[in-house]
Amino acid sequence: MSSTPPTGRPPDVYEEVQQSEEFGELRRAHRSFAFPLTVGFITWYLLYVLLSSYADGFMGTEVVGNINMAFVLGILQFVTTFAIAWWYARHAAAKLDPRSEQLKAAVESRVAGNGTEVGK
Amino acid sequence: MTGATTTNALQMFAQSEPGEHRTLIVTLFSVFVAFTLAVTVWAGRKTKDATDYYAGGRSFTGFQNGLAISGDYMSAASFLGIAGAIALAGYDGFLYSIGFLVAWLVALLLVAEPLRNSGRFTMGDVLAYRMRQRPVRTAAGVSTIVVSIFYLLAQMVGAGALVALLLGITGEAGKNLIVVLVGLVMILYVTIGGMKGTTWVQIIKAVLLILGTLLITILVLAKFDFNISQLLGAAADNSGKGSAFLEPGLKYGVTSTSTIDFISLGIALVLGTAGLPHILIRFYTVPTAQTARKSVLWAIGIIGGFYLMTIALGFGAAALIKQETIIESNPAGNTAAPLLAEEIGGGAGSTGGAILLAMISAVAFATILAVVAGLTLASSSSFAHDLYANVIRKGKATEKEEIAAARIAAVAIGAVAIVLGVFAGSLNVAGLVALAFAVAASANLPTILYSLFWKRFTTQGALWSIYGGLFTSVFLVLFSPVVSGKETSMWPGVDFQWFPLENPGLISIPAGFLLGWLGSMLSKDEDATGKKYAELEVRSLTGAGAH
Repeated sequence: MSSTPPTGRPPDVYEEVQQSEEFGELRRAHRSFAFPLTVGFITWYLLYVLLSSYADGFMGTEVVGNINMAFVLGILQFVTTFAIAWWYARHAAAKLDPRSEQLKAAVESRVAGNGTEVGK
Repeated sequence: MTGATTTNALQMFAQSEPGEHRTLIVTLFSVFVAFTLAVTVWAGRKTKDATDYYAGGRSFTGFQNGLAISGDYMSAASFLGIAGAIALAGYDGFLYSIGFLVAWLVALLLVAEPLRNSGRFTMGDVLAYRMRQRPVRTAAGVSTIVVSIFYLLAQMVGAGALVALLLGITGEAGKNLIVVLVGLVMILYVTIGGMKGTTWVQIIKAVLLILGTLLITILVLAKFDFNISQLLGAAADNSGKGSAFLEPGLKYGVTSTSTIDFISLGIALVLGTAGLPHILIRFYTVPTAQTARKSVLWAIGIIGGFYLMTIALGFGAAALIKQETIIESNPAGNTAAPLLAEEIGGGAGSTGGAILLAMISAVAFATILAVVAGLTLASSSSFAHDLYANVIRKGKATEKEEIAAARIAAVAIGAVAIVLGVFAGSLNVAGLVALAFAVAASANLPTILYSLFWKRFTTQGALWSIYGGLFTSVFLVLFSPVVSGKETSMWPGVDFQWFPLENPGLISIPAGFLLGWLGSMLSKDEDATGKKYAELEVRSLTGAGAH
């Protein structure tokens, strides 16, 4: 059993699709959302870690009763994680899924199961 | 474990002479094992081809897989380790849970869907796609097995700690017997049930773990009138450390080295998850990338809720149990959660205490068993699919031979886990798992991300990032205080430690990324030229031709 990419297929189908405007849009829709957001939540998390390490006074500030800033920020990390997950799910359903399904159908109709290219 | 009759029966069972709870633990745990083995045998009957064995026939729904991912992820480290770390170090223990959770966003945004679209059974599938197969698969197989063994070590340490406390087995022989039994059951799950059986074991365990934790959490919060501030105040008072217990720094703020260690740990936690082999293969058990996404969304919800509850468990233990008692029971705090269960049920010697202790302990055993099974499945799959079928047999092995190799590898890795469990010491389980995360983040994550998103990535780059990240992280751990030079080290008697950090992530993760980049830039390979990447990119984003 082989898990290599099937070599019988005409590779230029994929290259053509990769160059196409539709695919460019899909890639952009994914990257322009996922990449900055990843940088964002990692920065926010590292900020939290750094504050925990170096800002004792600030983190120890009491907010309500025994609940201090450190605790509030920690819980906020949970909240932002849930929010980003929800946001991405919405983005993917609206912007990624329709495009990828369309392209998938286009690619699969050109690359038939037996590896020969079907006419456009 | 539900229903009035069962409870009555258990109460009669537990009419409490000290030590009777042990019988109860063993009974509950045996029920779990018998039931899950039956499920495994049922799943095994339906396991016919490689897709069934490695990927559960890709037949699971997003919700089922989300539960199974949670089951795989909420290990003894999360449950026992984090609760213990919070109980002893207060706020600093909390960082673990945050890192473990935020990490899921990396998997959600960057890894789960493209991986599902472009691979079949293992992490190696995705890497091998555009690279020279044999060297890259060898590297992927090696790093999968190393990460899994680190993780296995943590689980087996957890098992050892639990056995000693809960079954009152202090003799080495008795403890070893239990570890061997755990190992044997796990081998049965994996070899008979394959991915299908193992997934069901994870689902059952996840449900039990969540229900058990929820019960204890509600009982703890009820004691403090559902007022978090009151709980935290009581924890601070009872810990003897006052408000410092609620602030960062108790565990990691002692010296500037430990502060940097804390940062290193944080980075490893957040970047490690999306490189853990036993998590990655779970994305293959669903039919499409959209279901893979749904699985991760469910997992984030379930795991997030669970970690919020561990806060109540940890601070609850600190509030209700004396620090000395926790430390006496296990110096690393791994038994704080079961102790809390006993306390909240009415204290040592009471029937309620015995029942809750038995329940939580049985859940903890189930947790260890299930996670160990997941790890064994991941590493034996990678051995059979990457190393045996594609490297040793050069793709000429039949499906039957490949699955046979996977089963044999599962037995061998199970044996390794048993040996590790027998020799494991008293390290904090959460700390050990953090090491597995560091290795995964250094060796696997850079390679996966470059493969999926960077056109110029080459075979040489992949090899440099896997072996470089792997070597750097393992090398630094070897010379860190985790292994030698401190009382809490694996070998406390010897001292060849010179690397000051317990977690190597701060150095080894950038090293992995840097080496992958450098290896590609210095590469003379022609495989960087677009064709294969075009196919991978199109397939990973659209799902065209996905198996």
